[in-house]
Amino acid sequence: MAAAMPLALLVLLLLGPGGWCLAEPPRDSLREELVITPLPSGDVAATFQFRTRWDSELQREGVSHYRLFPKALGQLISKYSLRELHLSFTQGFWRTRYWGPPFLQAPSVWINLGRSSVMSSQGSSAPLSTSSTPPTQSLPLPPSNPWVWPMTLTTTFCAMLCCRGRWSAPKTSPPGRSSCPVVPRASLISFHLLQAGLSVLLKADRLFHTSYHSQAVHIRPVCRNARCTSISWELRQTLSVVFDAFITGQGKKDWSLFRMFSRTLTEPCPLASESRVYVDITTYNQDNETLEVHPPPTTTYQDVILGTRKTYAIYDLLDTAMINNSRNLNIQLKWKRPPENEAPPVPFLHAQRYVSGYGLQKGELSTLLYNTHPYRAFPVLLLDTVPWYLRLYVHTLTITSKGKENKPSYIHYQPAQDRLQPHLLEMLIQLPANSVTKVSIQFERALLKWTEYTPDPNHGFYVSPSVLSALVPSMVAAKPVDWEESPLFNSLFPVSDGSNYFVRLYTEPLLVNLPTPDFSMPYNVICLTCTVVAVCYGSFYNLLTRTFHIEEPRTGGLAKRLANLIRRARGVPPL
Amino acid sequence: MAVTDSLSRAATVLATVLLLSFGSVAASHIEDQAEQFFRSGHTNNWAVLVCTSRFWFNYRHVANTLSVYRSVKRLGIPDSHIVLMLADDMACNPRNPKPATVFSHKNMELNVYGDDVEVDYRSYEVTVENFLRVLTGRIPPSTPRSKRLLSDDRSNILIYMTGHGGNGFLKFQDSEEITNIELADAFEQMWQKRRYNELLFIIDTCQGASMYERFYSPNIMALASSQVGEDSLSHQPDPAIGVHLMDRYTFYVLEFLEEINPASQTNMNDLVCPKSLCVSTPGHRTDLFQRDPKNVLITDFFGSVRKVEITTETIKLQQDSEIMESSYKEDQMDEKLMEPLKYAEQLPVAQIIHQKPKLKDWHPPGGFILGLWALIIMVFFKTYGIKHMKFIF
Repeated sequence: MAAAMPLALLVLLLLGPGGWCLAEPPRDSLREELVITPLPSGDVAATFQFRTRWDSELQREGVSHYRLFPKALGQLISKYSLRELHLSFTQGFWRTRYWGPPFLQAPSVWINLGRSSVMSSQGSSAPLSTSSTPPTQSLPLPPSNPWVWPMTLTTTFCAMLCCRGRWSAPKTSPPGRSSCPVVPRASLISFHLLQAGLSVLLKADRLFHTSYHSQAVHIRPVCRNARCTSISWELRQTLSVVFDAFITGQGKKDWSLFRMFSRTLTEPCPLASESRVYVDITTYNQDNETLEVHPPPTTTYQDVILGTRKTYAIYDLLDTAMINNSRNLNIQLKWKRPPENEAPPVPFLHAQRYVSGYGLQKGELSTLLYNTHPYRAFPVLLLDTVPWYLRLYVHTLTITSKGKENKPSYIHYQPAQDRLQPHLLEMLIQLPANSVTKVSIQFERALLKWTEYTPDPNHGFYVSPSVLSALVPSMVAAKPVDWEESPLFNSLFPVSDGSNYFVRLYTEPLLVNLPTPDFSMPYNVICLTCTVVAVCYGSFYNLLTRTFHIEEPRTGGLAKRLANLIRRARGVPPL
Repeated sequence: MAVTDSLSRAATVLATVLLLSFGSVAASHIEDQAEQFFRSGHTNNWAVLVCTSRFWFNYRHVANTLSVYRSVKRLGIPDSHIVLMLADDMACNPRNPKPATVFSHKNMELNVYGDDVEVDYRSYEVTVENFLRVLTGRIPPSTPRSKRLLSDDRSNILIYMTGHGGNGFLKFQDSEEITNIELADAFEQMWQKRRYNELLFIIDTCQGASMYERFYSPNIMALASSQVGEDSLSHQPDPAIGVHLMDRYTFYVLEFLEEINPASQTNMNDLVCPKSLCVSTPGHRTDLFQRDPKNVLITDFFGSVRKVEITTETIKLQQDSEIMESSYKEDQMDEKLMEPLKYAEQLPVAQIIHQKPKLKDWHPPGGFILGLWALIIMVFFKTYGIKHMKFIF
């Protein structure tokens, strides 16, 4: 009797919440992954990815229960009806020439925002793998303040967004997608992370002491099945870091997790369904004496990544045997025999951009595109967003490859409007095999109104990097990716045709000086003018208006009488 | 049997009577404590910390602000109640040899940047306009919550400003200034909108005392690092970083606050920087403050100390009739003023312009004034002759 009571209560408790809930909360899953890639130049790149997938129709129904998907982002999506959001913060520059194409591409020192137009109530949400149909109705942005939702983003990510100008929509992207034109010097001050699983390694003091680091958040809807009857939301949080191995390894190219992050892995994240570390050991298989990985991996994974066949050692943190041996997992790589000093392999596509010219009136903006493939030519889409205060002269646009003029297959130019919109220049250029293509355009620098200058105008003004998108021919044919089984980093490069892979590169951002006035001039002018007026005009005025009287010498006066008194007392003759 | 029974009953009665009396004494003691509890004045704490200088060589101003931020956070004020404005980013500056750190002590002993700093206004957003908007609450509706000062009339606010200043102004980001009159007006707006209970204003700039000269709103206590005509000095350079790390006054304040914990009973009179450490003469202004500074705890402004007393008894709170009457009278007076006034009369300009900060005792004129009057009289008599004296006497 007494024992049955608590049992009945327990049963009631278990059934109770189930009975009260109207529907099951949507399922969500978290996969985390770390990929460590030694780069050809000796540095080590570490790429973290945390993918949360949430089976919920966020925009159709009101959602109030958030588990793994962050509430701040979910509310942002449902309130502003966002289709996709890509936000990245980068510090440093990815040197494509020496490091090869990056896994996760991001422009340097920029925020890259992508936002599709609002979904209409009748249209179905289009998945990303097929071509997207534009929605039949699109609600306009609220006219009063189009920057409301980026402002909430800035506080969520504790950053500063300083957008000048309107959103521009490149013609080649699906209609409705817009990106922020100019975001100078957005600085990410701090980021808060839960410390469990792989995020134990993310400590600010080591991460900011690197050659390159880039954090990004990507939110997009994905289909749950092949017919795409329902969608789920995917949130990817990524962090790419490049450590300079020569600094951390004291001259040798060895690295270890402890040396890079000053921490080791202790346990997998309890909320993650998958938690793995992949180490690129492609050179290991070719010659067994080159390097040694400790602890030795139990499984390896081979696939074609970015056009070349690569082998990865897998360390699964959810595998209890992995962590039980020692309480922490410190992956180390030692080079047994120093590799020959060969030139690092040059990637098939890389680019460079610079400003030339002298003086503060004119200049020339040049982009060099290198195609190092020996026999294949491929097209490249070049997107340039130049701020309005550099007035481009499109008639001076010249594209030359191997000394001859190269006419672009497609060109779209949207001129700038002062203080409203930047220049938008999009071109599809065929790069001949084994060549350097130079795209140059001349510009004139504008004079801003004196209130529009920043407090430090002599630092210069930033020009956003150009975006190059290309399908680069790959050396090895790749097979289509299985979204669920393959590692996360493999699904970053979806391939429809195995003979080439998609690459998006960003060039360097440029710093351009505008003719800056001397802001102390008003003060100087006032001082000088007043002095000149007082001295010159004042003297003339006095000379012209002063009258002179001849004065009779006065006898007496108190001082003279006092003096005479004293002189009489002394016995000296009076004045 | 009956005797013991009655005895025991008497004993229990006596015991209950004693207990009741003790209980009532204890209850009245608890009621006194409860009265004390509700009389303390403030219920929440806010902090507005502003660094107004840009450029790498002004590293020390950012370190000043961050060290106050750190102490204030350690003593209990949460990030949601702190508005931190930093005009430049020192931690991720390319000239910083130790990225993601800002040090306040030589030899890099103390990293005041930490892992969890939340900067609300950064870089170009730190302007005089934004600062005044934060104080007065006139903020565009799209401003996120963390950028607002959502204080009420029971909030104690700490306002700390540092940067470069002069006699009567503080420079913001090398391009604009805020004057002491604007600041005083902003505080008066805050008072009229009932946005603070008590305000502690600390300023660490050159000639900092000039910034609080013009305050005219009640319940403000002000501390400055130097007097008018004096410069505030910086503390020590670090050879590895290459710039001065802190200012002397804030260095002293930081060391002082490191010894404070949320339970400490130190009061504001203990926060005096000795001349040997500060070199400049710190100033203070307490005439607008109702309470005596020696009764004001440091944690009243720098910390967020929640007074929690757990009791199992019910307490009946008596309305203190005196307090109620005085507040009622105040309300009545306010109501009188609510009648529509002409624009010019709403601002008691005469009171502001002619206000004297302190009412000193009368001393006979000496020194300069005496000499000046003697000179005037001598010139008068030299011009007109001594014979006019007879018309005067």
